[in-house]
Amino acid sequence: MSEPRSPHSMPGDAALPDSAALPTSGARTGGAASSSLQGTDRGGAAVPEQRSGAHSDRAVTTPVVGVLALQGGVIEHMRAVESLGARAVKVRAAEDLVDAAGHPRINALILPGGESSTVDRLCRTFGLFEPLRDAIRGGLPTLGTCAGLIMLSSRIQDPAPGQRSLGVLDVTVNRNAFGSQVASAEVDLPWLGPANDVVGPDDHLRAAFIRAPEVTRAGQDVEVLAKHGDAVVAVRQGNVLGISFHPELMGDTTLHRLLLDDAARHLTQHG
Amino acid sequence: MTETSQPFAQNPTPVTGSPLVKRGLADMLKGGVIMDVVTPEQARIAEDAGAVAVMALERVPADIRSQGGVARMSDPDLIEQIIETVSIPVMAKARIGHFVEAQVLQHLKVDYIDESEVLSPADYVNHIDKHRFDVPFVCGATNLGEALRRITEGAAMIRSKGEAGTGDVSEATKHIRTIRAQIAELQATYAAAPDALYVKAKELQAPYDLVAEVARTGSLPVVLFTAGGVATPADAAMMMQLGADGVFVGSGIFKSGNPAERARAIVAATAYYDDPARIADASRGLGEAMVGINVSDLPAPHRLAERGW
Repeated sequence: MSEPRSPHSMPGDAALPDSAALPTSGARTGGAASSSLQGTDRGGAAVPEQRSGAHSDRAVTTPVVGVLALQGGVIEHMRAVESLGARAVKVRAAEDLVDAAGHPRINALILPGGESSTVDRLCRTFGLFEPLRDAIRGGLPTLGTCAGLIMLSSRIQDPAPGQRSLGVLDVTVNRNAFGSQVASAEVDLPWLGPANDVVGPDDHLRAAFIRAPEVTRAGQDVEVLAKHGDAVVAVRQGNVLGISFHPELMGDTTLHRLLLDDAARHLTQHG
Repeated sequence: MTETSQPFAQNPTPVTGSPLVKRGLADMLKGGVIMDVVTPEQARIAEDAGAVAVMALERVPADIRSQGGVARMSDPDLIEQIIETVSIPVMAKARIGHFVEAQVLQHLKVDYIDESEVLSPADYVNHIDKHRFDVPFVCGATNLGEALRRITEGAAMIRSKGEAGTGDVSEATKHIRTIRAQIAELQATYAAAPDALYVKAKELQAPYDLVAEVARTGSLPVVLFTAGGVATPADAAMMMQLGADGVFVGSGIFKSGNPAERARAIVAATAYYDDPARIADASRGLGEAMVGINVSDLPAPHRLAERGW
């Protein structure tokens, strides 16, 4: 039996540069946005300090990350992005994505782990399926972990009866590729993706696989970021990151930093 | 350590059966409903309704209660049929202290074992040493001390016990309130007089380190579900508002008039537990709830929650 690894340590932090591309480094010096760091919202009432609309020339914006909060490992992702200086809000209804005037309320989205068939059913029952799909297709930087990857995929090899996916990531997934819970494991995975401000070829991801899915087919435009043995377990296509595993349980924020990096770039380009 | 599946065997460093992956599966069940099922057909209905997992057993607690006799682990054939039928996690129950039933369930590759007071205890002194298994365990508790003793033995998830098979939610309410209140009390002690935590550990009959951790963090180190008597969407939402991470529903679904509808409604009310309008919508037109038994009418020897030590 291994030593339990503390979920509180953030082991990747020291090894990686305090990237200037991260919007948080700006937020630390900016008076305008600092108050937003103190707000901890529950439920769907969150309003970003600054919309990604007319005020982009005001340099400082604390990114707001929405975490789909219908079921599953929500709080772990909220803590991870908050530890990076971003603001985390729960997404529980379509109004949490876009306000009445049509402005986006969030700068990035996380679809957490959980039971994909449960979350799919709740999304469809409560009118979140199409709004999520439209927001992601519209370029919202998005990270899906485990069940979240399944939801992003274009095809599920072994769906639960009636289960659908958003079709925003050109991959086929096998939901229970790794078998039952006794095969669940902690593993370190070398980074196979291109080097960038956040992560490079000498880095690895600390992954917990929990009844994990596998990417069994990836489209031409899909980059492979990590493999576990021969199995593709982390991919990226444009604004969409999909991974089979749970870095948020291991205290590894590499993927969250990539997401915030995307969000910062998205804000600069579209803000 | 047991065998790993093919893809993991190719990596030199995978670690299976760690506390992190055991507790991690429970983390992924949060906000969800785990439903008791006795046939593959019921398992399919539960999956279709949005259950995050099913509990495979031969008799729901209401029938165990009415039929009496010794209740044991289910037939491996039934458990395997249910595992083959659904794609969501499958749990199964072992008797308290019956480590061989647990070995059998691990061999069958269930995803979680419930060391359960609903079955007849096999050992009136010892619980299963759950650290010896790669499969995670969930255990019942009526108070914080009991929860911490189970966690010390290796439980990766706790459920408050309630009184199974009654459809009476009052005991579930009592147990989740008790656990939350005792955690709050430890937090207050930690803030005011941390040296008093030693005597708290003595009173709770639980290890000091674990007591101190709960006092510091204000929560259990594992996920806390609730169980025992939940029969309606409002019952489930109340458990969530009282601080449960999720809900087990036993007899409440398949002993009711319209199981599929009720199952969907309880899933919706658990997800939107803080939204009375959605709970109201979920509660409409569900037909008859399970008839139920008032716990106050149950003679003490028939109360399952008192099993466990």
